[in-house]
Amino acid sequence: MGCPKMTETNLYLTMKGTNEGIIVYLDDQCSFTNLLNELGNQVKSDTIENTTEVIINCQNRYLQDWQREEIRQVVEEQSSLKVKSIESNVMSHEEALKWFDRSTIKPFVKTVRSGQVLHVEGDALILGDINPGATVNATGNIFVMGQLKGIAHAGYAEGTDHVVVASYMNPNQIRIANKISRAPDYEMQGSSREFAYINQETGQIELEQIHNLQKIRPNLTDIVERGL
Amino acid sequence: MGEAIVITSGKGGVGKTTTTANIGTALALQDKKVCLIDTDIGLRNLDVILGLENRIIFDIIDVIEGRCKLQAALVKDKRFDCLHLLPAAQSSDKNEVTPEGVKELVDELKPDYDYILIDCPAGIEQGYKNAVAGADKAIVVTTPEKSSVRDADRIIGLLEQEDLESPHLVINRIRKHMMDSGDMLDVDDIVSTLSVELLGVIMDDEDVIRASHHGNPVAFQPDTKASICYRNISRRILGESVPLMSFDEDKGIMVKVKKILGMK
Repeated sequence: MGCPKMTETNLYLTMKGTNEGIIVYLDDQCSFTNLLNELGNQVKSDTIENTTEVIINCQNRYLQDWQREEIRQVVEEQSSLKVKSIESNVMSHEEALKWFDRSTIKPFVKTVRSGQVLHVEGDALILGDINPGATVNATGNIFVMGQLKGIAHAGYAEGTDHVVVASYMNPNQIRIANKISRAPDYEMQGSSREFAYINQETGQIELEQIHNLQKIRPNLTDIVERGL
Repeated sequence: MGEAIVITSGKGGVGKTTTTANIGTALALQDKKVCLIDTDIGLRNLDVILGLENRIIFDIIDVIEGRCKLQAALVKDKRFDCLHLLPAAQSSDKNEVTPEGVKELVDELKPDYDYILIDCPAGIEQGYKNAVAGADKAIVVTTPEKSSVRDADRIIGLLEQEDLESPHLVINRIRKHMMDSGDMLDVDDIVSTLSVELLGVIMDDEDVIRASHHGNPVAFQPDTKASICYRNISRRILGESVPLMSFDEDKGIMVKVKKILGMK
């Protein structure tokens, strides 16, 4: 992405200027101590304009959280550069599983009944009804192929851009992230093929016809983006 | 080898005990050997509805704690030889029985009977767990009220976790005119919400109360609406396919005949 404007190579680091900013590629074969020293020396002597943001790319080196923190400290203490992000090509098995877990759609072929609480990591696809008094919590989106009459909580951990989609919508409550909206006190007919989302302008949960989904959440299917 | 069916509802007062007594009676009318077990310990009343209260000598607690033999506690019905009742204890409470105890007891009864109907207490606590333990199948009773449908939904959810066949539904106390006016849930709504197989519906009928009052289950009567409903349910349990009774009130066969003949 973007064309390189400037390349500077050292023993352990390569710097590249791109449209996104300066990317510092760190060697992934040398020892971590050598790397830190080299990085410290480089950024100290560097004439790059202050307050510039840099992206650190560790290539194929796996970094622990404390190592990331040290890199950030070295750069920000020895110079006035800001570390925008630290990237790496590798992730731990555990992280990968978690990421996979969060970025997949979990199907459930069942009716979720009163009193039952279904907790889902990632997106929930309910091939059945969510009955009154039942609760489905998902860290991602919730898609209901049957009737939603209970409580659906999308974006359970965080994530205000998640949605609840139902083929028939007549819920007790819809919750997205930390917002709650409930059905009115008077009895009402449900509606077909709708979805609920948080309108960023009003900050409230709103319902829309399903054909507006692609307009309001065009990135819904970018599950890879959302995973981490 | 008999089949053990638990009759449950979650909510109280929807007609579990009445349904147990009447399905039991209706099955006995078809010459099936039936044993009714009342597991509502501390609040026993299945014996009252059957009119057998005076004949109780031992009860389920006596059997489980080994004070008497199982055969000695069984009360024979006054109308049928093939209908027996194992009464609940009135002086103990539900925590004195364990699910294992009930299961053992049901397994002991199974070879001698065609059907064992277990009357479950209201609630989802110990009493419910005891009642469900020995059962192979479940019948969930509900009325067309939101509260009881909600509880039925809860109980079906719990039954799905047990090692049972998918439960069957009985909708009790149907009032046609209130369903028509939208003041009660209608049968289709209930079945679609609960998404289980409908075993039968029972019309709200004063005869049921009258019959229970006299200790004679309504299913014993030949021609009331409710008794036909119960008999249909028993025939469906036996595997016959019987269509749902028409809900139209006061349209007996004679009225239909007269209408066809143009007399009305």
